[in-house]
Amino acid sequence: MVTDAINVNPTKATSWSLWTRQTIAILGLEIKKNFFSRRALLLYPIAGLPLVMMAALAIFTPDTDEMRNFGMLSQVYAGVYGGLILRTLVFFGCAWVAMNLFRGEIVDRSLHYYFLSPVRREVLVVGKYLSGLIATIVLFSITTAGSMLIFYFGIFPSESKAYFFNGAGTSQLLAYLGVTILACIGYSAVFLIVGLFFRNPIIPGLLLYGWEWINFLLPPGLKKLSVIHYLQSLVPVSMSDGPLAVLVEPTPAWISVPSLLLFTGVVLFLAGLHIRRMEISYAGE
Amino acid sequence: MTTSTSQFATSIVFEDVSKFYDEVLGVNRVNLQIAPGITSLVGPNGSGKTTLMNLMTGLLRPSSGRISVLGISPSEPEEIFQKLGYCSQFDSFPRGATAREFIEFYLRVHGYTKKEAGDLTQAALERVSLTEAADRRISAFSKGMRQRVRLAQSIAHNPSVLVLDEPLNGLDPMARAEIIRLFRALADAGMFLIISSHILHEVDMMSDSVVLLHNGYVVAEGEVHGVRDEIDEHPIQILIRCDRPQTLAARLFEHEHTVEARINDDRKGLFVKTRRPDDFYLLLNRLVTEQKIQIESVAPVDDDLNAVYQYLITSDGGNAQ
Repeated sequence: MVTDAINVNPTKATSWSLWTRQTIAILGLEIKKNFFSRRALLLYPIAGLPLVMMAALAIFTPDTDEMRNFGMLSQVYAGVYGGLILRTLVFFGCAWVAMNLFRGEIVDRSLHYYFLSPVRREVLVVGKYLSGLIATIVLFSITTAGSMLIFYFGIFPSESKAYFFNGAGTSQLLAYLGVTILACIGYSAVFLIVGLFFRNPIIPGLLLYGWEWINFLLPPGLKKLSVIHYLQSLVPVSMSDGPLAVLVEPTPAWISVPSLLLFTGVVLFLAGLHIRRMEISYAGE
Repeated sequence: MTTSTSQFATSIVFEDVSKFYDEVLGVNRVNLQIAPGITSLVGPNGSGKTTLMNLMTGLLRPSSGRISVLGISPSEPEEIFQKLGYCSQFDSFPRGATAREFIEFYLRVHGYTKKEAGDLTQAALERVSLTEAADRRISAFSKGMRQRVRLAQSIAHNPSVLVLDEPLNGLDPMARAEIIRLFRALADAGMFLIISSHILHEVDMMSDSVVLLHNGYVVAEGEVHGVRDEIDEHPIQILIRCDRPQTLAARLFEHEHTVEARINDDRKGLFVKTRRPDDFYLLLNRLVTEQKIQIESVAPVDDDLNAVYQYLITSDGGNAQ
């Protein structure tokens, strides 16, 4: 047993550079967990499902003139993107990752190690949020771009090349990617705070899912109290919500994007306030 | 209790601290001032030891009162954990981590560079004799080794205050002795060590002072013998080995501070219970001279924490604060 300590003081740093270093350290561990832990295994089938589906759809889509003008193709993809990828897979993927950022560590009884470090708890929120965001953005961007490219190139490879390099394909792809990234930003923030506030976050998660799904039925004022409303305003190909839908003008991008970012900022601020006063008690977890 | 600003800056202070879990009492109206050295929190399960430690480290927030660790509030983690390390009882670790990765990672969170964190990790692992197993996964470690990993993690950044919740749990006798030596060395270097335990003879061996807790109340505090002195009414038991125990017993009974005098089964010794040990020893000296009694040995048989603790929690002597 050696009783001598070595004296090393943390390299002097201003608050911002210290917080940056701490955030990077947190990111290092959390990203590894978000991609490679046992909990992350569920993410891969969620993110990979559309790739398989679109490959199958590409194989079985008939080669007709109607499809060949890409109008129908873009409608089909918009349906899959809006109904499956955005509303369901990105939603639950973000829920799974973000709710586990804190709740997972509480269940594993390891959150106290962070709380016993000289790190502002707000920095911890930011570090963990960014790690979840990076994981979901990487996975669901691959899902979004991959499923679109597989679908188009799987059906009409040569025409799709022209569509993406000379037509509307690339701008649509970038718009879908932008919507996916914004969805990850918004939903990750929502579920991070849900994971902080609720011991069992599944029920609030399902309630939120329901709220997002019935958005098309809500009156205009209530529509704005959802993430999906702003995301739908940004998708490049709009889809009909059916005869029961309450129709409203899409919110312009210059309002939708800042609104989502502002909303995310407010949610993270609230998470910071909450975690500042949070106690560690693993009893009952 | 009033505490001056300088005392706040140089000690650990609890000022009228209470903690309730909803309606369940954790600790109630605790007033403590802890000086450098080894201070042991002693009490049975549920007495409030871990609650006090969690309050001191900000894992819990007091329902009322104020806590200061070297002048810093536990609600300021970015300040307090530069100076404080906590080896908690939570026997859990990030999944898949090796001992080295685990310690190094949290040093990086402190703000140390990779090189600094690596050096500190190595030093901490050496201090707890865990260098050989450092690159193995913690999940494969024995309970004692996991305990050492937590200890290494809590001392890696060279804190001035070390809080240890049952740190000897799971350690074999040799490791216990080594760890106690380490604690002693750290305390001698001027550190504050706050250790919870219910193994009283170990507390007795290593502590400079003790805080006795029962049902969320501080029952007594101070040096081991100082605590005893606070309890005027508690009779202490003394074993006297001598050639004429009956004579001695008869003479001792003439004095009102002798509560009991019982001849040992081998008839060569005498157990005496007295309320005033100082008077008793003076009397014994006089009787030995007068009666020419041959004394082989005189030894207090219960002058340890266990006796004090049992007395305090089971009799009216335990005047809770």
